[in-house]
Amino acid sequence: MDIDAIILSVIASVPEIIVIVGACVLLMIAPVRGRRFGPMLFWSSLATVIAAAAATFALAGEPRLVYSGMFVVDDFSVFFKAVFYLATGLCVLMSPRYLEEEDIARGEYYVLLLFALSGMMIMASGLDLLSIYVGMELQALCIYVLTGFIRQERRSNEAALKYVILGSVSSGIFLYGMSLVYGITGTTQLTDMAAALGSGGAHDPALVLATVFLVTGLIFKVGAVPLHMWVPDVYEGAPTTITAFMSVGPKAAAFAILLRIFLDAMAPAADIWVVVVAVIAVLTMALGSFVALVQTNIKRMLAYSSIAHAGFVLLGLVAGGPDGVASVMLYLLIYVFMNLGIFAIIIMMRSGNVSGEAIEDYAGFAKSHRGLALLMLIFLFSLASIPPTAGFFAKFYILVALVEQGYVGLAVIAVLLSAVAAFFYIRIVMLMYMKEEAQPFDLALTPSLRLAIAITAAGTVGIGLLPSWFLDLAQGSVFLGIS
Amino acid sequence: MTDIPILSLIVFLPAAGAGVLLFMRDDRTVRRTALAFTVVDFALTIPLMAAFDTTTYAMQFTETVPWVPSLGITYSLGVDGISLLFIFLTALLGWICVVASWEAIDTKVKEFMISLLVMQSLMLGVFSAMDLFLFYVFWEAMLIPMYLIIGVWGGKERVYAAFKFFLYTLAGSLLFLVGIVVLYFQGGETFDIVTLMKGDYSFTVQAWVFLAFLVAFAVKVPMVPLHTWLPDAHVQAPTAGSIVLAGVLLKMGAYGFLRFSLPMLPDASHYFATLIQVLSVVSIIYGGFLALAQEDVKKLVAYSSVSHMGFVTLGLFTFNAKGVEGAVLQMFNHGITTGALFLFVGLIYERTQTRIIADYGGLMKIVPVYGVLLCVFTLSSIAVPGTNAFVGELLVLAGAFGANKAIGAVAVAGAVLSAAYMLGFYRQVALGPAVAMGGRGMWDINAREMAGILPLVVFVFWVGLYPKPFIDILHVSVEHLLAQTMGR
Repeated sequence: MDIDAIILSVIASVPEIIVIVGACVLLMIAPVRGRRFGPMLFWSSLATVIAAAAATFALAGEPRLVYSGMFVVDDFSVFFKAVFYLATGLCVLMSPRYLEEEDIARGEYYVLLLFALSGMMIMASGLDLLSIYVGMELQALCIYVLTGFIRQERRSNEAALKYVILGSVSSGIFLYGMSLVYGITGTTQLTDMAAALGSGGAHDPALVLATVFLVTGLIFKVGAVPLHMWVPDVYEGAPTTITAFMSVGPKAAAFAILLRIFLDAMAPAADIWVVVVAVIAVLTMALGSFVALVQTNIKRMLAYSSIAHAGFVLLGLVAGGPDGVASVMLYLLIYVFMNLGIFAIIIMMRSGNVSGEAIEDYAGFAKSHRGLALLMLIFLFSLASIPPTAGFFAKFYILVALVEQGYVGLAVIAVLLSAVAAFFYIRIVMLMYMKEEAQPFDLALTPSLRLAIAITAAGTVGIGLLPSWFLDLAQGSVFLGIS
Repeated sequence: MTDIPILSLIVFLPAAGAGVLLFMRDDRTVRRTALAFTVVDFALTIPLMAAFDTTTYAMQFTETVPWVPSLGITYSLGVDGISLLFIFLTALLGWICVVASWEAIDTKVKEFMISLLVMQSLMLGVFSAMDLFLFYVFWEAMLIPMYLIIGVWGGKERVYAAFKFFLYTLAGSLLFLVGIVVLYFQGGETFDIVTLMKGDYSFTVQAWVFLAFLVAFAVKVPMVPLHTWLPDAHVQAPTAGSIVLAGVLLKMGAYGFLRFSLPMLPDASHYFATLIQVLSVVSIIYGGFLALAQEDVKKLVAYSSVSHMGFVTLGLFTFNAKGVEGAVLQMFNHGITTGALFLFVGLIYERTQTRIIADYGGLMKIVPVYGVLLCVFTLSSIAVPGTNAFVGELLVLAGAFGANKAIGAVAVAGAVLSAAYMLGFYRQVALGPAVAMGGRGMWDINAREMAGILPLVVFVFWVGLYPKPFIDILHVSVEHLLAQTMGR
């Protein structure tokens, strides 16, 4: 690499650099304890996210392929980074009061969150299995630690341990798949892989094996059947803010690389993986929807709900084509708003000795808090994909992509399962509006949490009513090389 | 045509009213404001009726604004003769619902009125949407306010009823959604209803889409065997909820057949016609027998709805002008008559706090005005000549005999059944010696209640004695519809 290429590479990765430098600075001030430092950590992490976002949008435009083809800044990665900034920013907004309630207000929290963000950004920009893997591990390691952040609570420790062990196994499987792909194609660079696979040999048994390993590794990350078992335990045990973050950020990052690897590099081998992914998608939706019905803890219920949603998003991958990719992207963006909205309200319920995690805790919520109950109703109906909310448009667009490619049967299965899923969302609405309250509500409502709820509600309603701009954005950000 | 987007105004005025209500505190002002918005909305439909051109089948008062251009989705509204009648009916029942809830709803009045007004907007939207996607959005969004109306302000078993209503309708509608998306691609990537009607689809596509639509519409109508949500929902819903359900919501299923299944999927409609006719007749007879056996007034009226809506679907699938016109008229009549019957049940329930038929007796002696008016609607429900339902049912039966004599003969028996259960009900409730009834005491119809009832009485006799204006509005649109259904 000559000096010009290095400079171009550095310029292209300025957002990542900002986030990492920001995290390092926070790391240095984090050990300093004191009253004034809590807000300072909060504001500086928010500032880091905003600065990185500004840099990312400044770089958007022409695709830049840098670091010897390992790293790319294209519209696709910019779109996903926007999703990550949104998820991280909202998570930071929800955090301060909750951290105090759980007695875990330490600077490392924000540091790890920012490092996780940088990992996800590298995943979205990675154009080489190696850089993707590095990003994925960076993100995963931070999340492992954050999951176990409530040290004094066994549930949190258990979740972290489960997550780290299962996560490492899945990473190992993914690495093994990578090595097989490298053996077959002689490259780890995605574009070269597509070219190597395109020249025949699509039915190589080794390739089938490699595909299975890659799918397995990534399926774990998105929490799809049969590698979903960690999701409920980890979601329940982790601090709620981290659960919220995990359900939208890392999941979106995993989908970003699923799209890149399977619809770009592995597109020539589509007939191998499409059936596998379709079967996984249906099983995932079915399991998530049915098991969520019997949950009594709202975090576990949302874990199964997120499994069901992951299944639905996988259908967009099955559909493929520009609409398939765009539908996945739009879905993930909308999912950030509606899912974080719900989590913001759960976080608000955590106050004093009240955990706010039992679904029954929401009984009679509408009586004393009309406005918040109405917002929660909007989020729940959006998750249940009832128009005119954004959740409906997200599902609708995936159905369009599916039917366009002729998968009408899958579309029918998908909508029937989402009717099942609607049941457990509207059950919460029922509790809020149609039951008497068991205890008075004591809400931990801070200005920053209010802002987070306002943003998520605006997104959920706004995208639902005027989806056009967001749809065009997603369609315009589909990566090149797809036909 | 005009520069004022009158349809948008009619559709969104109630929603705007709901927005205004958000800022009110006093229950009295809330009621008055809700009434004002619904009455003005109704008043707006009168110039719409007056300016409507009955000589063309083309959509009128159209408005089109791109909504999601990259998917060909537009915000587009328009009416033809068929939808105009339903917009009028919906707007009429809208303010009657507010009047009916004046005293019946005494908790969370503001929330109730907001739900009712939002519901009103969405229903008007369904009947005026000319874009299939927009139609679906209105259609499906109705679930939210209706779920709340039944579940929050309903009777004892309201939560169960609300869930059942929600899930039945949702499962049906989602299949409808897949059908819509399939049509979208088959019809050249457009959601425009008029364009989709002109499409030429292969029989296989038509058959599958028809079945998907059938589930959604049959749940809404409701048609046996998908009717079991209806008695629960009706019985548990508050009076206004029952009026909306019976008066407007049930019509949407039939409207769906009329607007989508028949013109867009003509071959499949003919292929499945016998199936639908048989199901309709089963609904007529089965619903009638169930009504005969009910002890609860609301259940009786609910099952009579199943029976009456059977006539509607029967008429639609005769594919002749008499049958279809009769069916549309029957839908309008059913909205008036059953809406009124639910209103009457609500009124008497407010007084006595019981809905068991056997608890009543001799109302004619105690509250003569109520008794006489109830008699009018009872006779209308039986379809006695001179009342509105007679015209509709006669046309439907004439159409049915034209299409299939056996089916027609069985349907006539259903008309007899309705006389049996309605007259039995009326005899027990209104005639005979006066029975002491508990509750909050008895009083006859007061002025406010009368204001809600009188317009309905007017329409019972207007349609019954001089149906020509209504048939004129329909005629050209129905002819065009039949041409579309037969043309290929």
